[in-house]
Parts: sequence; C-alpha cells; structure tokens
Amino acid sequence: MRYSGFQVIKQALTGHKGWTPAWRDPDPQPHYDIVIIGGGGHGLATAYYLAKEFGQKRIAVLEKGWIGGGNVGRNTTIIRSNYLLDGNEPFYEFSLKLWEGLEQDFNYNAMISQRGILNLIHSDAQRDAFIRRGNAMILNGADAEMLTTEQIKARYPYLNTNDARFPIKGGLAQHRGGTVRHDAVAWGYARGADSRGVDIIQNCEVTGFKQENGRVVGVETSRGYIGAGKVGCAVAGSSSRLMSKIDMQLPMESHVLQAFVSEGLKPVMPGVVTFGAGHFYCSQSDKGGLVFGGDLDGYNSYAQRGNLPVVEDVCEGGMAIFPAFGRARLLRMWGGIMDMSMDGSPIIDRTHIDGLYFNGGWCYGGFKATPASGFCFAHLLARDEPHPTATAYRFNRFETGHMIDEKGMGNQPNLH
Amino acid sequence: MIINHPLLGPRDSAEFTYMGDAKLIDRPDWQSDTAARDFYEYGYLRDNPAGWHNELWFHEQGDRSWLVVTRNTVTHEISKVELARDVARARGRSK
Ligand SMILES: Cc1cc2nc3c(=O)[nH]c(=O)nc-3n(C[C@H](O)[C@H](O)[C@H](O)COP(=O)(O)OP(=O)(O)OC[C@H]3O[C@@H](n4cnc5c(N)ncnc54)[C@H](O)[C@@H]3O)c2cc1C
Repeated sequence: MRYSGFQVIKQALTGHKGWTPAWRDPDPQPHYDIVIIGGGGHGLATAYYLAKEFGQKRIAVLEKGWIGGGNVGRNTTIIRSNYLLDGNEPFYEFSLKLWEGLEQDFNYNAMISQRGILNLIHSDAQRDAFIRRGNAMILNGADAEMLTTEQIKARYPYLNTNDARFPIKGGLAQHRGGTVRHDAVAWGYARGADSRGVDIIQNCEVTGFKQENGRVVGVETSRGYIGAGKVGCAVAGSSSRLMSKIDMQLPMESHVLQAFVSEGLKPVMPGVVTFGAGHFYCSQSDKGGLVFGGDLDGYNSYAQRGNLPVVEDVCEGGMAIFPAFGRARLLRMWGGIMDMSMDGSPIIDRTHIDGLYFNGGWCYGGFKATPASGFCFAHLLARDEPHPTATAYRFNRFETGHMIDEKGMGNQPNLH
Repeated sequence: MIINHPLLGPRDSAEFTYMGDAKLIDRPDWQSDTAARDFYEYGYLRDNPAGWHNELWFHEQGDRSWLVVTRNTVTHEISKVELARDVARARGRSK
C-alpha cells in the first residue's frame, strides 16, 4: 500500500480498518543470493538499495532481536555533513543529499527536519580550525556559514556567551543539517525493502559462518542454517563479536555512549547546538524534550547502559552554555554500543574471505551516514567495487598509513 | 565503577584514564623480520571481547601507577587488579 494524504483520509473515514502491516514476517528460506546480518539502519538501507538501485533479488536481512532495537533506535538523530577530510566529506555530503530526498524515495514520513546545526567556537584557534573546515565543506559541495556571536544570540538569546572560562566567539553553521525521527528510518527502509521482496527475518541471531574452499557459503543462525551467495555484515557495536566467529580481529573497540531526554518543554531550541570546549550537544524533539549527549563512558563496554561520572560531565557541559536548562528535569537516559574504530572513521570493504563483506566502525556518527552507508555497501556487494564516495573506507588503511583521523587523536578509540 | 587499587585500596574509576587492551604491554620486537606487520597488529587490531577483558588503567589523578584490570565488559564486574609493572615483569619485561 502506498502511503499518501488520500490514504489517511480514506482510512479515517473507514475506521482505520484497511491498514496492513508495514512488512511481512517471513520464515527464512534455505538459500539467498545476498544475506545481510544486522537489521539496524545500515543493514536495512543496504537491502533496500540492493533491491531498488542495484536490481538484486533474493535478499534477506537477519536481525537477532527486532529491527530498530539497536543504535538506529538509540541515537540522538543528528544529521550533518560537516567533516574536514577528503576521505569523509564527499561521503557524508552524499548521505545528506540522500536524506533530502529520502521520504519521497521510500514513501515514508521520517520527519526529516533540516533545522540546522551550529558548532560553537570559544577561541581564536578554534575559529581558524572551523573556517578551514567550513571551506573544506564548501569545496565538497556542502553548505557552511560562519556566524558571529550577535547572529547566534539572535537565534539563541539565552546562550551563555560571556562565560569567563568558555566565552562564545562565534560558530560554524550548516543550515542543511538537522534531525530525523530515527525509528522511522528503520521502519521506512524495512517497508521499502520488504515491498521489493526482501525477507526481513527477526529473532534470528547469526552464530557462525560456513566456509567452503575459502569462500563463505552461508551462516549458522538461531533459526537454522541459511545458505548465501554473499554475506554482508552490518552489526555496528557487535562487529568484533560477530567477526570473531570467523577469527577476524578488527581495528575497533566497543564503547557505550549515553543519550538523555528532558521533560517536554515549549519550543526553545530551533536547531542543533554543539559546545566547542567540552563535549555536549543538544536539540529539541518535536515532542518538546531536550535531547542531548556528550562523551563516551570511555572504557570497552557491551552493556547498553552508562555510568554516573559521564552523566555529570555531560550536564556540566550543558550548564556551561545553557544555564537555563538546569531547571529542566531529566526524563530518560540510555546507552548504545558504539563500534569505535582506530581512526574514528568507518569501514565499508571486502574481507580477506571471498563472499564476506563488512560494514562497521561507525563510532557515534553512523546515523547520519545511514543512507550513504546502505547505498555504498549495496554498491560494493552488487558490483564488487567500492562506490566513488567510499573508496577510502578500507581495512588496509591502518596498515598502509592512510588513516582518516578527523580529530587527529591516533589509535585511541575512546578519544575519537 | 570502583577499582580496587593494589596499593591504595578501592578508588573511583573516574580518577583513572583508560588505555584499552593490556596486550599493549607486549610490544613487538622492532628488529624482527615481521616487525611492520607485528606493529600494525599491535597498534590497530583488538580482540574487543564481550566478557572478560584485561585492560590498562592509568591512575592519573592518584598515584600515577599503571594497572592491569580484569573486567567483564558486559557486567562491569572486576575480578582482578594488578600493578602493570608486576604483570610486565612476570612476562620477562623491564628487568
Ligand atoms: C546515544 C547515541 C547517540 C548517537 N547519536 C548520533 C547522532 O546524533 N548522529 C549520528 O549520526 N549518529 C549517532 N549515533 C550513532 C548511530 O546510532 C550508529 O552509528 C548507527 O545507528 C549504527 O548503525 P546501525 O543503525 O546499522 O546499527 P544498529 O541499529 O545497532 O544495528 C545493528 C543490528 O545488528 C544486530 N545484530 C548484532 N549482532 C547480530 C548477530 N549476531 N546476528 C544478527 N543480528 C545481529 C543488532 O541487534 C542490531 O539491531 C548515536 C549512537 C548512540 C548510541
């Protein structure tokens, strides 16, 4: 069923009895051409583009829990393409362009809102760095604008611009950045993939791989063996766990990142704001809650919950720039497991084993990448060559010295 | 999280800086024929297990000693805390 304004009215007049499930609940078949492991945003987007753009058939997405239960449903929903490095910026700008047409493309309301993102500047050196970054963005076809403190105050009059320690000296704005309803991204891609024949199989955990003559020929799952022509792994924070089943070590650590939502307030935050002197960022959901977050907890973790020192640190960052928010009460907080790579950038690549492909290392920035990640991974799976915007996301870059380290932190995943 | 420091007793983990997998103690031999490959694996590849993990913690806001902490990455339970110096010496390093 195609969703439209007409359908909403028709269903309203007929007691909403005609809506059908957005996707089927099929049993796994014995063999597929392509099996995608992980029903998060990236896995579902990959299946969607494989079917829609690359003409592939007989595709399955295997999800150990329910689709959207991982990071795609746990993130703070910010989309942007404000990267500095050549390996990254074309990819993220490609992603932002896909976001801009996504709702029409997959016929689903993902509440994509280009309300803008603003990175605050607190020192002259930081201004230089952000001007450089803005120029890199513009050179790659993205939008960027440097704002003065006065321009920022006009939008956010309650910002603490005169803090003695971290005065606000301006900001780098990307007006096309914004927020998206994250679950709707998983659901929209799932529905779009399903309607093109993709089997989305939930409660199906992959527990091992089967190889024949050095080639992966299928996967062992909690719902039995499933044969596959090609296997694509897109399990985000569980990447090392999954790849250990085929004795692959990854350039990666898993870390927990927390997110916070306050009680609902009247509209107060027109866009997304990030603190440039500590780690804190904030937006306001359409329901009114302030959605905010900050640093990783900092040590390897597979527990989808965080600890208190980071709660304090995040709130201190928030209070430094938005003292007024100290009056808001915290409603909910949770954590998600991040696949933190050694240089802070992702991997979309073949593995050394024939038929086995990998997508991961998204760190805490993989939500915005979802459309391009799906598109580029589908490109790689279908054509066996990387998409032009994802040529740098290779496994071997750590061996050849071609790291894509936006922050210049080195091989310390908890600092990216 | 509380880390039971072998010299100082129970300390808040917020006093520490985290360095990751304690395999970093086993620095490869730079003169070996396979040094380039060994250093790549040493610098970049990690087991990253869900479960028990030996890891380096630096008591930055305390006595500045390095510890090897055996911690469960799923439950955050800590089963063993040793001075990294003792661990390294037991493996024949820094004699
Ligand atoms: C608190 C928080 C805030 C964030 N904020 C942002 C943000 O503002 N902007 C942004 O761009 N990014 C953000 N991110 C990062 C982003 O959410 C992730 O990088 C991205 O969602 C990861 O890709 P995914 O959607 O495919 O992952 P997931 O949704 O985690 O999908 C992976 C799936 O694989 C499944 N799986 C795992 N193992 C197996 C197995 N063995 N067999 C079968 N299935 C398996 C899991 O159950 C899971 O559903 C944030 C993350 C968190 C946790």
